[in-house]
Amino acid sequence: MIDWLTEPLQHPFNQRAILAALLIGLTNGYASAFVVLKKSALKVGSLSHALLPGIAVAVLVAGLHEWSAFLGALFAALLIGLGSLAVSRGSRLDQDSSLAILYTAAFSGGIILLRRLGVTQQIDEWLFGNIMGLRDGDLWTTFWISCGALGVLTALHRPLLMTLFDTEVAATLGVPIRALNYLLLAVLIVVLIASLQAVGCMLALGLLVTPAATIYLLTDSTSALFWGGSLLGGIASAAAVLIGWHLNLEQGPTIVLVLGAVFLLAFIFSPKYGLLRRPLAQPPPQ
Amino acid sequence: MSSSPHDPCAHCGHHHELAVENLCVRYREGRALDGVSFATSCGSCVALIGPNGAGKSTLLKAIAGLLPIESGKIFWRGTQVAKWSREIAYLPQRENVDWQFPITVRGVVRMGRYPQAGWWRPFSPADDAAIENALAAMGLLDLQHRQISALSGGQQQRVFLARALAQQAHVLLLDEPFSGLDRTAKATLSQTLRDLTKEGRLVLAAHHDLDTVRDIYDEVLLLRRKCVAFGPVAEVFTEPLLQQTFAQPANAGKELA
Repeated sequence: MIDWLTEPLQHPFNQRAILAALLIGLTNGYASAFVVLKKSALKVGSLSHALLPGIAVAVLVAGLHEWSAFLGALFAALLIGLGSLAVSRGSRLDQDSSLAILYTAAFSGGIILLRRLGVTQQIDEWLFGNIMGLRDGDLWTTFWISCGALGVLTALHRPLLMTLFDTEVAATLGVPIRALNYLLLAVLIVVLIASLQAVGCMLALGLLVTPAATIYLLTDSTSALFWGGSLLGGIASAAAVLIGWHLNLEQGPTIVLVLGAVFLLAFIFSPKYGLLRRPLAQPPPQ
Repeated sequence: MSSSPHDPCAHCGHHHELAVENLCVRYREGRALDGVSFATSCGSCVALIGPNGAGKSTLLKAIAGLLPIESGKIFWRGTQVAKWSREIAYLPQRENVDWQFPITVRGVVRMGRYPQAGWWRPFSPADDAAIENALAAMGLLDLQHRQISALSGGQQQRVFLARALAQQAHVLLLDEPFSGLDRTAKATLSQTLRDLTKEGRLVLAAHHDLDTVRDIYDEVLLLRRKCVAFGPVAEVFTEPLLQQTFAQPANAGKELA
């Protein structure tokens, strides 16, 4: 059993991968509580797909560096997020439809462009992650992004929760709801980008929803949703890297698969909200 | 009932007036409120009555600072209300609240202390005392650690009232507080609103059930995008004015409840 843990840790690329998985899982798990409470999983999913065309354009314009990809992804997500807002305000379409149109079009453009840029090797990494290919510099980038995102989300915890619970009431209590909503979206985009290394833009949504969604089935406590989501995200991601190494599986999909399996267990066996719970003695009184 | 000092209203002779002057609010589809004016003061319980789409919710939200005002002014205690005021509390329709949100009764009431505590400051003993008093006043002390999803309709309404009390609000804006409550809960809520009014608070509620207006309210605002009439129940809540407000065959308005 001990060997199972220590053997892969002798390789530096494994050490980096496990550390990165812990960090990324932790940050995504914490942020996932906001996504679950905001009920905006699909919106975030669309934005994660919007990262790819951003990377493509950045590679076309500035060549392939870690920072050009990062900035391109950030810019594309913002552009498509705000663009969908503009389309829905300027027409009778709702924002989800606008977002779907914009991100699929952009994603298609991104794929076509990347195939012609001679970076075929990297396309798979951007789509599904390549946590084994991590360098020290990437690890530091991930570290600083995690610190920044966790710092902002923790500092704004109180007003953010009020906004998520009831936007109107929060506004009447003086919470700057519009600014907070934009800020939350920006932080989520940055967290998504940080998780590209681990799971890629196709699977990033899984890491940014499943941890807190699983905890949500287990407890009613809001704070447990946050620290539980972080713990689950971090531990499951790191465990998935080990499992992937032993069974020779791709780490990105393994991370999301492990999280999915834990969710399934909670869905079935959760004492309070699981399928197998004892039926409630009485429905809440009306 | 609440032991928290209701200070400004203790100053006798000081008139705590809420005045709305020529208020216009426009949605994309057109005017929702068109030149609404009225003035009332602390210690009154006011019913907003009108057909669907008459602008009852819009008026409440405009006073709460949730909607951009096209023209007109709102004054509270002689000063114009900018965006929001701690002294004005807004209680949304129960149907518009996510009751599955993982939060306890006390957690919701504590939100009322946000204007005092700000973004980071831990809650002070004064905050805790205000929360405690508000919970006690609404009879929620036993339920304070319960999830809001496990409350009955009447209890949910009281949680939001307790939040407003913790906020130490003087003006309570309620959007259809009675809708969906059973008969007992309705009776309890009427009594609560009467008590809050007696303490010197100003209660403004959108109201559907025309049969109960006389028992609960002191004043009535008949609204149909414009203010049809405003005044004491006895003077304004009359058959001719109601017909004018609902402007449909005589009993059409009554079945709205």
